[in-house]
Amino acid sequence: MRLNYPSNIRIIRVPCTGKVDLIHILRAFEKGADGVYVVGCLEGDCRFSNGNLRARKRVEQAQQILNAIGIGGERVQMYNLSSGEGPRFAEFALEMTEKIKALGINPMKLAKMKKVA
Amino acid sequence: MIVAEKKPIEEIIELVKDSEKILIVGCNECVTVCEAGGKKEVGILASALRMYFMNQDKDAKIDEVTLERQCDHEYLEEIRGRIDQYDTILSLACGVGVQFMAEKYFSTPVFPGVNTCFLGAAEERGVWSERCQACGQCILGITAGICPISRCAKRLMNGPCGGSTQGKCEINKELDCAWQIIIDRLKELGRLDDYEKIMPIKDWSTDRAGGPRKVVREDVMI
Repeated sequence: MRLNYPSNIRIIRVPCTGKVDLIHILRAFEKGADGVYVVGCLEGDCRFSNGNLRARKRVEQAQQILNAIGIGGERVQMYNLSSGEGPRFAEFALEMTEKIKALGINPMKLAKMKKVA
Repeated sequence: MIVAEKKPIEEIIELVKDSEKILIVGCNECVTVCEAGGKKEVGILASALRMYFMNQDKDAKIDEVTLERQCDHEYLEEIRGRIDQYDTILSLACGVGVQFMAEKYFSTPVFPGVNTCFLGAAEERGVWSERCQACGQCILGITAGICPISRCAKRLMNGPCGGSTQGKCEINKELDCAWQIIIDRLKELGRLDDYEKIMPIKDWSTDRAGGPRKVVREDVMI
């Protein structure tokens, strides 16, 4: 398919989005990620029955926490697609990158830079 | 087990916002099982607080530890050596653990990270309901194993009351009438004659009415 999508995304492969825990999302922000998005199978199509539904809940919990601590919950997002939808994957990557660019740098990264300076 | 719920992060931030060195202490027992204050929740809270302080341009030290129990001296003693390094302890144990911690480390402020709710069972994943009020005088043997003290809104000893409708309680249509379940189970056990017996007034002195309680067992004392 040779699709293009932004190169600033780091893909972390997991056996199922159900493996993604709240702490993984939070740690990513703590370490300076500007945004995190979880791409799971279509709802109702999970190989393990409800892994992607669990992931969605955890994403929502992360949004809530990030809102409460002033980082912004919109930096985390859940997407769903089927494994045959390469163009959708590229679309999500572009959408998320644009959204995060508009939101700006993760305040954690700024704080760390300030500390070093 | 003791069922607890996580306090909202905003409330916790309000409690510890002026602290600089915080130790978040989890408990491996009940609060781990009800997913409110175990190792996992400690990690999540620590990460959230670290980010909060960093975002506020504050250099706070936030450490995490999860003890086997917070209601026993031997496990609480495990952190004695490092307690002086912190100006605040945030305990995710039940109210018992928080208090025991506060008693033991008298000069360090201890804050609760969970709301302790009741003694209950896990009906299903994510649903816990009350089963015991620790009244100190168990009557389950004569109420077919269903507790009217914890499960009847009026704590009736001779129920049901007139508010019981189609097996549900009048305070909430979702709530089963404990006395209906007692009758159903007595019938199932062929012990419906027990229902005819009038139960005497309960001695509430073993409940909270008698003040804070204590169990002293000389047989197990060393």
